[in-house]
Amino acid sequence: MTEEHEWIRMEADGTATVGITSFAQEQLGDIVYVELPEVGKKLEQGDDAAVIESVKAAAECKAPVSGTVTAVNTALADEPGTVNREPTGAGWFFKIKVADPKQLDALLDEATYLGKLDK
Amino acid sequence: MRPPKGQHGFVPWKLSGLRTGGAARGANALRDAHDARTVLTTEALQRTPLHTLHVELGARLVPFAGYEMPVQYPSGILAEHRHTRAAAGLFDVSHMGQARLHGTNAASALETLVPMDLRGLAFGRQRYAFFTNDAGGILDDLMVTNRGDFLYLVVNAARKAADFELLKNLDFEILADRALLALQGPTAAEAIARLSPRLASMPFMSSDSAKVGDFVCQVSRSGYTGEDGFEISVAAADAEPLARLLLAQPGVAPVGLGARDSLRLEAGLCLYGHDIDETTTPVEAGLEWAIQKVRRRGGAHEGKFPGAALILDQLERGASRRRVGIRPEGRAPIREGETLHDSTGRAVGRLTSGGFGATLDAPLAMGYVETEFAAPGTPLSATVRGKPRACRVSALPFVPHRYHRGKPK
Repeated sequence: MTEEHEWIRMEADGTATVGITSFAQEQLGDIVYVELPEVGKKLEQGDDAAVIESVKAAAECKAPVSGTVTAVNTALADEPGTVNREPTGAGWFFKIKVADPKQLDALLDEATYLGKLDK
Repeated sequence: MRPPKGQHGFVPWKLSGLRTGGAARGANALRDAHDARTVLTTEALQRTPLHTLHVELGARLVPFAGYEMPVQYPSGILAEHRHTRAAAGLFDVSHMGQARLHGTNAASALETLVPMDLRGLAFGRQRYAFFTNDAGGILDDLMVTNRGDFLYLVVNAARKAADFELLKNLDFEILADRALLALQGPTAAEAIARLSPRLASMPFMSSDSAKVGDFVCQVSRSGYTGEDGFEISVAAADAEPLARLLLAQPGVAPVGLGARDSLRLEAGLCLYGHDIDETTTPVEAGLEWAIQKVRRRGGAHEGKFPGAALILDQLERGASRRRVGIRPEGRAPIREGETLHDSTGRAVGRLTSGGFGATLDAPLAMGYVETEFAAPGTPLSATVRGKPRACRVSALPFVPHRYHRGKPK
């Protein structure tokens, strides 16, 4: 997890899946559109990777680590509300081939992230 | 994630007034939102008489015009919006300013501040109005009702102080101890008829005193959603039991300010401070219909309101820009403040409201364009995050009004 409310999960194939946290989707409210990066795009950690449009606001999702986009969740085009319903499951944004695994070590684990939210 | 572009202050992190360090772009929007929630309780925000009920209903409360207001309930803005178009939504609009103008010359006195025919406003009738300035701009929009002994006014929350300053030399009384509820939607009449049968036959833009349940109310058939519905002024002490009574009727659900905004946008209705303000004239805003003939050139009570010369000129000759509806292509909303360009890339207008219409299931916006680009269907483009977004001028309203006009007598 990041302090900016993205989550990243390492998958068995060596890529990592990225989305926004439940807290983030709740704060944004009903999501009506997600602009996803192009497959093959190289992202630096902290780059704007996706744009989330809710009924009332637009927010940008940053790349939690550097890497190359290997897949995007095209189902969100028709069903952006999936991000509200299943933010850490079917509402994922994109998969990324991680350039520097050391960047992962600096991210927050779920317990630390949730602990920060409670403060 | 990064902070959103400026919207109407409905989103929790758009709390620039509350947040230390301001809303610098690049700040952490959601973390700030989290901080702001804790800050909220210590800020001197006013609460409406329904505050306890909002909390009980699980509302997300945000600062709006100096009040802590429900932006949405747990069902969310899209569902609340759709519910209002399908059944009936109950809105707390107690933050709005209510006042009475007393005296036998109240109507003619108010006519010196607005370009409306108020001497001709019959008892029990309501009229949309706006205060103008000497440059022909709009200082606020309001509702004026003839209650016989007095004129009853409802003004925007954010403009209360300025409006009451305008009225200071008149015999007026601020109704600080009254709440205002709006019941809106196609089944609103059915719901209110269970509590006060004769209200169901009121025509649009009329007003009456009635008991709703056990509560003495002043009720008008009007609203801000494009739907049939009622606005109910009630003593603050009665507001919560009345709201509970209305919510207990089949088909009635609470609706927050978020859906109120998307409903009014679909209905093509102006939001003060966004679609109309001191710099927009009534003709530019397409509000000519609100200026009655007797106040126009050649009318019996022609002019004699601030900005009359300019506004009366524009009524005859038109204005160089015009408020229009905008339909963006695709699904992503285009927000307030974006510039509109013609096919050559020249800037020809600017958006004043933008969002997502749950009934249209599409993004929609309003803005001002040079008059030659105001015809419905005109292709324009907006630049969003560096990329051009195609859009078209659309007729207003986006969703047809369904007011209860009653049968002609």
